Amino acid sequence: MAALAIVTVSACSSAASTPSAAAPAATDAPAGAASSAPSTVAHKPVTISVGALRPGATQEAVDALNLQISQFEAKYPWITVESREYNWTAPTFTAELAGGTLPTVFNIPFTDGKGLIAQHQIVNIDSRVRALPYVSKFNPSVLANGQDKDGKIWAVPYLAYGMSLTYNRTLFKAAGLDPDKPPTTWDEVKADAKIITTKTGIAGFSTMATQNCGGWQLTVMTYSLGGRMESVDPKTGKVTATVNNPQTKAALAYIHGLRWDDNSMGATFDYNWGTVNADFAAGQIGMFTGGSDLYTNMVQNNELKAADYGVTVIPLATDPNAGVLGGGDLAAVNVLTTEDQRDAAVDWIDFYYMEKLITQDGAVTDAKALKANNQPVGVPSLPVFDKASYDQQQLWIKDYINVPTAQMTPFTSKIFTEPLVTEPLYNTQDVYATLDPVLQAVLTNKNADINALLNAANTKAQKIIDTPPAS
Amino acid sequence: MDSTAVRPGAVGGKGRRRGLLTRVSRDGLSSLFFLLPLLLIFGAFSWFPILRSFVMAVQETNLVSTPTFVGLDNFANVLSDPLFGTSVANTAYFAILALVIGYPMPLVLAIVMSETRRFRGLYSALAYLPVVVPPVVAVLLWKVFYKGGTNGAFNSILHVFGLGPIQWLGDAFMAMPSIVVEATWAAFGGTVIIYLAALVSVPPELYDAAEVDGANIWNKIRYVTLPHMRGILFITLILQLIATAQVFTEPFLLTSGGPANSTTTVLLLIYSYAFGSSLGGHFGEAAALSLMLAAFLGVFTAVYFWFTRSWSTTS
Repeated sequence: MAALAIVTVSACSSAASTPSAAAPAATDAPAGAASSAPSTVAHKPVTISVGALRPGATQEAVDALNLQISQFEAKYPWITVESREYNWTAPTFTAELAGGTLPTVFNIPFTDGKGLIAQHQIVNIDSRVRALPYVSKFNPSVLANGQDKDGKIWAVPYLAYGMSLTYNRTLFKAAGLDPDKPPTTWDEVKADAKIITTKTGIAGFSTMATQNCGGWQLTVMTYSLGGRMESVDPKTGKVTATVNNPQTKAALAYIHGLRWDDNSMGATFDYNWGTVNADFAAGQIGMFTGGSDLYTNMVQNNELKAADYGVTVIPLATDPNAGVLGGGDLAAVNVLTTEDQRDAAVDWIDFYYMEKLITQDGAVTDAKALKANNQPVGVPSLPVFDKASYDQQQLWIKDYINVPTAQMTPFTSKIFTEPLVTEPLYNTQDVYATLDPVLQAVLTNKNADINALLNAANTKAQKIIDTPPAS
Repeated sequence: MDSTAVRPGAVGGKGRRRGLLTRVSRDGLSSLFFLLPLLLIFGAFSWFPILRSFVMAVQETNLVSTPTFVGLDNFANVLSDPLFGTSVANTAYFAILALVIGYPMPLVLAIVMSETRRFRGLYSALAYLPVVVPPVVAVLLWKVFYKGGTNGAFNSILHVFGLGPIQWLGDAFMAMPSIVVEATWAAFGGTVIIYLAALVSVPPELYDAAEVDGANIWNKIRYVTLPHMRGILFITLILQLIATAQVFTEPFLLTSGGPANSTTTVLLLIYSYAFGSSLGGHFGEAAALSLMLAAFLGVFTAVYFWFTRSWSTTS
């Protein structure tokens, strides 16, 4: 229905799956369809570092990246690429940014694009990106996450995803539930969670609650009920925090019921993005809400058993404003770099992140390399370019898909017709941070006063929104 | 250091060289030379950041863009933050719990161990062992112990007796005491060793005299041991209070300040100002609160020594 209006979607601390493209056959790429060919002008040797793998990535993931680096270096012989472990989290990113220790090329969630651009903490790569042949094909609302107010490109979107309900099929079976018929309403989620806990003793439903992810997931549930965390006056442009909206209260009351009435949320209430993935992959969680791309990380870092994984769409209320929160990742360039390094960085972004999305050679070579190293191919995502390009790319890699697509059907069969809604646009992470303690209080204090907590959080969020950023 | 000026008349050839060498070896230039690496390291990594924090406290900066001068706004922002009061109260609560749980334990253990005739070395080693474990490893180990489900180490033990499970870290009431217990376990070994060394210095004839006077073990501790150790006890007390005011690692790793800010300490709030936002943070506020904490601890220490000067053995 509302189709793919992938409105400025962005993510919390997911920073999504580690992308991995492989080199195209390169030199004979068809004009207009392929990425920019290397210039024949003599180049000075240049070295860049790329943050393409998370700490703890499996040897197969490392091998796949090394293969891609060697292919890149063959295509661009003057560029040396050093792989650096990198994982976007709010606190470590700040420290690395301030300390100047970020890799030359790194990824950030959509939530951080506008702020980093406004503060000039990443490089303006507009002219370099606009030289790429496919720049006009970007989904404008996705590209907007990496643009400043004048439309200049500072960061390149390479992944967009919708939030999902991830569930453990094995636990569903063990609890006597049908894993092919996951819950479609929040009431069904609650009922299934209780059954899972009763039958298996394992948390039926869990949620992230720390490192700003609590606010993030609360926003997911709020959106699904039709609420919003911020509103903007169309006349004055004034932004108002609305985290104490009725839907957020309802979401917290719902979680309170799961936790205290049903006791179906287990005993861990301080999950962050990494730990919830780890515990899900370890079979300790029945259901949780997260990005639709989590499969890649859980295979690369948490040794997920494919048979356990199930994913479906977030249940939506009948409220006309109900929608699925979307997210995504941007590739950006470190501000502490030379012009040559910036050129090389955009070459890497083009090669590693983009070619697999837009050229047949790139897509196939990437899929081949991933499959050869037992890395996931075909994890559900949403179009970065237009829908036709997305469908075309899916066709190119069809023969290499190795993820359990049937288990992802409950998600993929519906997500493209769901209304996707952007994350709060202003001070996103800070607004999420104000909600973490609220969610934690509900999870750990049976008598938590939801109204008072949300009102206090709203006051704080408004103060943050009203405070101009450092410039 | 003394002046290094060349003495009038000490000029020319061999005489001048000998004079200079003599001065170098006698008036402390050599000391300065040996001190230089330390001074440079301290200067670069301790004193410079301290001076820098004074500047940052009156700036709005994200450490990337050009900073702007904001006067005392950062201090005002900190003082008006509701979390400031929460963090101060939490830190004070931690300090009090640490005082009650953590302060007497090493002293008791040291006295018991000093009375032990056999395996004293073994007991000392066992007491000191937790100090050898890297703090992060120790904290993460305890996080497993404290796991809230029935599969947590402590809850498994309670389960045997039909008790629990307890939300050690997932309950606002339990979280801080749980952190204090871990912190005490991690740190008491070092203090035990200090107390053991101090106990050795107590003249044994005083115990003999007390025994002749009919003193029992408690009287000997009360009238002989403690008075002789009071200097050490005062020092360890102030060191502990300063350390508890700066507690960070344990709440950061065990609870991240949760649940619902119930373990957010002053240092955790400073960290949160600086690194809580991925867009560059409030380094000015972080610096301002750091200075406020340093000033408080400085004043507190001075007052502490003023009031206890008459009790100290060194006074």
